[in-house]
Amino acid sequence: MILSRFLKTILILTLLLGLNWLFKNQINPYFTQIVCLIGINIIMAVSLNLINGITGQFSIGHAGFMAIGAYTAAAITVYLHDPVLSRLSFLPMPVAEGLFFIAALFAGGLFASLAGLLVGIPTLRLRGDYLAIATLGFGEIIRVIVLNLEFVGGARGFGDIPEYANFFWIYLFVLITVAVVANLVKSFKGMALLAIREDEVAAESIGIPTSRYKIIAFTVGSFFAGIGGGLFAHLITYLHTNSFTFLKSIEFIVMVVLGGLGSITGSILAATLLTLLPEALRGFDEWRMVAYSLLLILMMILRPQGILGTREIGFLKR
Amino acid sequence: MTEFLQQLINGLAWGSIYALIALGYTMVYGVLRLINFAHGDVYMIGAMTGYYAAHRIALGASGFKFGIVLALSMIACALLGALIERVAYRPLRNAPRLSVLITAIGVSLFLEYGGQLLFGADPKFFPELIANRPFLEWRGVVINNIQFIILLVSVILMVLLQFIVMKTKIGKAMRAVSFSHTASQFVGINVGSVITVTFLIGSALAGAAGVMVSLSNPKIDPLMGIMPGLKAFVAAVLGGIGNIPGALVGGYLMGIAETFVTAYLSSTYRDALAFIILILILLVKPTGLLGKAVKEKV
Repeated sequence: MILSRFLKTILILTLLLGLNWLFKNQINPYFTQIVCLIGINIIMAVSLNLINGITGQFSIGHAGFMAIGAYTAAAITVYLHDPVLSRLSFLPMPVAEGLFFIAALFAGGLFASLAGLLVGIPTLRLRGDYLAIATLGFGEIIRVIVLNLEFVGGARGFGDIPEYANFFWIYLFVLITVAVVANLVKSFKGMALLAIREDEVAAESIGIPTSRYKIIAFTVGSFFAGIGGGLFAHLITYLHTNSFTFLKSIEFIVMVVLGGLGSITGSILAATLLTLLPEALRGFDEWRMVAYSLLLILMMILRPQGILGTREIGFLKR
Repeated sequence: MTEFLQQLINGLAWGSIYALIALGYTMVYGVLRLINFAHGDVYMIGAMTGYYAAHRIALGASGFKFGIVLALSMIACALLGALIERVAYRPLRNAPRLSVLITAIGVSLFLEYGGQLLFGADPKFFPELIANRPFLEWRGVVINNIQFIILLVSVILMVLLQFIVMKTKIGKAMRAVSFSHTASQFVGINVGSVITVTFLIGSALAGAAGVMVSLSNPKIDPLMGIMPGLKAFVAAVLGGIGNIPGALVGGYLMGIAETFVTAYLSSTYRDALAFIILILILLVKPTGLLGKAVKEKV
C-alpha cells in the first residue's frame, strides 16, 4: 500500500521532470510560457474556489493575496540569494536552488495566509455584499501598501527576479494544490464548509463553529494564492502592482464562476480556457475586455452555474 | 482659519458630486439589494454625453447652454440606467446574489472598455461652458462660479429627490419596494416599474454629477468613473447603504475628508483614504452612520 503510493509519487515526479525537459527543449518558449501561466491560473482558481465555491463566501480580493505571495517570495530570492546559497554550497547547485525556491514560496504562502487571517477575522460577521466590499477594499489596500514600499520597487516595479519557476515546479504545485483542496473537500472539514455554504444559520445551529471554518477556508485559500503568486513572480521575473488590481481578482472570479462554483475540475477547465482565450484573441486586443465583459454578462444570464455546476469529472468524482 | 474654510468649500463641492453618485447607489441597493458596480460608469457616460452635446449644440458658452447640456446628459443617463436594468439585471431577478454582483461587474467593464472603443482611450477636454471666476468672497475665503453652481444644482436636485421620495405616490412606492417586494405586490404596486423608475432617477443624478465635475475638471476619459464610483460607493456605505439621507451625509463627509487629507497630509493617500474609511466603517458599524441594523430572519 505504502509502497504503491511511494511508487506513484516517483512516477509523477518523473513524469513532471520529463515534461519539463520536453517543454524546455523541444517546444517553443511562447507556448511553454502559456502552459506555465495556465498552471498558475489553475492554482489561483482552485484556491479561490475553496473560499467562494465551497464555503460560499464572497471574496473578491484574491489578487491581493497573490501579490503578497509574489512580493514576499521575490524579496526573499532577490535579497537573500547570496547569503543563503553560500551557506548551502555543500549541496549541488540545482538542489540548493530548488530548496531555496521552495522555502521562498512557502514564506510567500505563509504571509499570504496571514493576510487571509487578517481579512477573515474582522469580516466574519459580514454577510454577502458587505463581505464582498470588504475583501475588495482589503485587496486594494494591500496593493496600495505594496506600491508604497520602496524596497520592492514601489512604482517602478520589482525586477531581476531569478527565473526559478518552470513547468516542473508550477505543475508540482498545481498537483499539490488540487490534491490538498480536493482532500479537504472530501473530508469532515470539507463537509462543514459545504454546510456553511448551503445555510450558515442551520450549520451553526447543529454545532458547526462557522467562524472557525470560514477562517480555515480563507487561510488555506490565501496560502495557495500566495504560492501561485510566488510562482508567478519567478516566471515573469518582473513584478508591478498593476498586475494585482481589482481587474485581476475579477479574472479569477470569472474562472471560478465559469467553471462552476464548487467544482474543482470546473475551475481547472475554466482557468485553462480563460488563459488561452486572450492569447487566441491577441490580434483583437481592444476588443478583448469588451468580449470578456460580454461573456461575463451572458454567462450569468444564460448559464449562471457555469460549465460544470457543482459536479466534478474524472478522478475527483464524488 | 481662512485656509480651513477654503478647504471646507472645496470639500463641499466634491462632496456634492460624491453625494449625487452615492444617491444612485443607495437607491438601487434599497430596492434591489444590489450593489450596482456599473453606476460609476454611468457617471462617466454623463460626462461624455455632455462633451458631445456641448460640441454639437451651436450656442455660445453660457449658463443657458450648460443647462441644456446638463438636461440632455441627465436624460441620456436615465435611459442608459433603465436599459441596463432591463437587459442585465431583470433576467436575474431570482438569481443568487453573487450572480447579479458579477453581472454588475460585467456591465461596468463593458461600459468602460466599450467606452474606450467608442470614444477612444485618450482623454478629451470638456469645453469651458462657464468661466471660472470668483463668485463670492468673505474674509479671504473664495467661492468661485463653478463651485457655486455645483453646490446650487446639487442642492436643487437633492431637494427635488427628497420631494419625490417623500411626497409623491411613486416615491411612496419606492419606499415600499425597498421595504419588501412581496408586501408591495400585495398592495398592488408594480415592482418592475418602480425598479425602473429608481434606476431612471439614480442614473440621471449620476449623469448630472458627471457633467458638473467636467466643469471644474475638464479632462475626461472612459475610465474616469472607476475611482469616483468606488468612492461614492464607500460614501453610501458610510452613510448607510439603502438610506437616502445617509448617502448625502456619507457623500459630504467623504468629500470633506478627502479634501482635508489632500491638503493637510499628502495627496498619495487620497485614494487609499476611501478604502480605509470603508474598512473602518465595516468593522465598526457595517450598517453605516444612519443605517438601522436589520435583523436576519431565519
